[in-house]
Amino acid sequence: MAAAAFENERESALIGRMFGRVLPPLAVMALLIGLWWWYVVKIESPIYPTPLQVVTGAMELAEDGTLWEHISASLLRVGIGFGLAMVVAIPLGLWMGWVAGAYRTLNPIFQMLRPISPIAWIPLAILWFGMDDISPIFLIFISSVFPMIVQTTNGVHTIERRFLRAAANFGVSRRVMFFRVVIPAVLPEIIVGMRIGLGVAWLVVVAAEMIALHSGLGYLIMDSRNAGNRYDLVIASMILIGFIGLMLDGITRLLEKLKTVRWRYIR
Amino acid sequence: MSMPDKYKIAVDGVSKSFTSDKGTLPVIAGVSFRVADGEFVAIVGPSGCGKSTLLNILAGFEPPDTGSITHDGLPHTQPSPKGIVISQHGSVFPWLTVQQNLMFGLVGKALGSNRKEKAALADHYAEMVGLKGFESSYPHELSGGMLKRVEIARAFAVKPEILYMDEPFSALDALMNLKMRNELLRILGEERHTVLLITHDVEEAIYMADRILVLSPRPATIQASFAVDLPHPRKLGGPEAQKLREAILRELGL
Repeated sequence: MAAAAFENERESALIGRMFGRVLPPLAVMALLIGLWWWYVVKIESPIYPTPLQVVTGAMELAEDGTLWEHISASLLRVGIGFGLAMVVAIPLGLWMGWVAGAYRTLNPIFQMLRPISPIAWIPLAILWFGMDDISPIFLIFISSVFPMIVQTTNGVHTIERRFLRAAANFGVSRRVMFFRVVIPAVLPEIIVGMRIGLGVAWLVVVAAEMIALHSGLGYLIMDSRNAGNRYDLVIASMILIGFIGLMLDGITRLLEKLKTVRWRYIR
Repeated sequence: MSMPDKYKIAVDGVSKSFTSDKGTLPVIAGVSFRVADGEFVAIVGPSGCGKSTLLNILAGFEPPDTGSITHDGLPHTQPSPKGIVISQHGSVFPWLTVQQNLMFGLVGKALGSNRKEKAALADHYAEMVGLKGFESSYPHELSGGMLKRVEIARAFAVKPEILYMDEPFSALDALMNLKMRNELLRILGEERHTVLLITHDVEEAIYMADRILVLSPRPATIQASFAVDLPHPRKLGGPEAQKLREAILRELGL
């Protein structure tokens, strides 16, 4: 009897904790939506949509399939641009971290290019690649390659000396040192760089799509506004962009659960 | 001229200073000593006297300004698997499992060139230090005492001739510290190595070493040398150990 009561108590404590975590943010969200709804109804605006209109507008697009086309177009551009950035940034960052001469030569250039907003590259991108798919891919590449280079290089520079010394003590070759010590030691930093890079890439793809093209979530926002002030679709796209961004970050965070990098994120 | 050869380690006139903006700071001022094959020598000294610098030089990680170090009569200038360092904060690779750590030093070694033999060797040493059943654990899943065992086993696995220990157990809690002393002596009973132990803990030195060298405050020189002729397992509360302890502490100015 006592044990069952104890079990019950534990269970209710667990449920209580879950509610404590989930309930407050849900309440804030509900409050915001409620305020929005109440205000739009009150001012009887012909432009601002109610939350219900946003949902029905999004359902409309989902049903005729155009919504999925826009989403997959944006994701494809991010996938290609971010993938290329990774292929360039990780080896380059490792090399710059490991070879002092490479760092001295290249770091000043990258430090100067890094603070230039990817949006500033748009005119040059259009000049070089036209209004095609390649321009946004180039902008995504530019936006995510620098943070990943910097993070990887920094990761190599901050490897603790005791690990390098231990490896040297065992008399391993430079090759073994690089692949069994340097790369695994930097991997957690590379994953952090990937999270930053992917976050920036998702920001930039929407901005890049607003200017040109005929597909993507950024295009959907501008097109909805231009073609008859469909602000319900504008807001639906915004919410979708936020939601997909959250999902992308969640996917990269899964990498942090890998057994070989766990050590870096605990404590 | 074959005299030096009978020593495992011969250190002659080693000195080292560090230069900074504030000037030159002499850290070690002419240290010479000999260590016989299989001998356990402890070097004790006050904090900040240059003990760790001396060990780094002895292991080959830093060159001395003057003087020389020979192993079996041959000059020793580079770190090598012949002498493995075990330090206070440890250097077990956190991204490798216990077994992979133990196999790390065996990479590219001729002995047991296939993976299976290396794994068997690693498991043998894991068992020797009491880590059986933890071969596939990651270091962050282990306690401080177990990590120390991993480090000791990893060193033994490459069959080094010399173990350099720099305050190896001082990051552990007091009980684990005492336990690891006995463990180390037990393992050394199974496979004898020459050991150089750097410590500030006089009792630790008396408990384990055959000989104790006392360093002076910076710049460090060897101020005194004590032989510890007591049978194992030693009783630190015994009269001889107490007398030795007092004599060493007197040398340290306490």
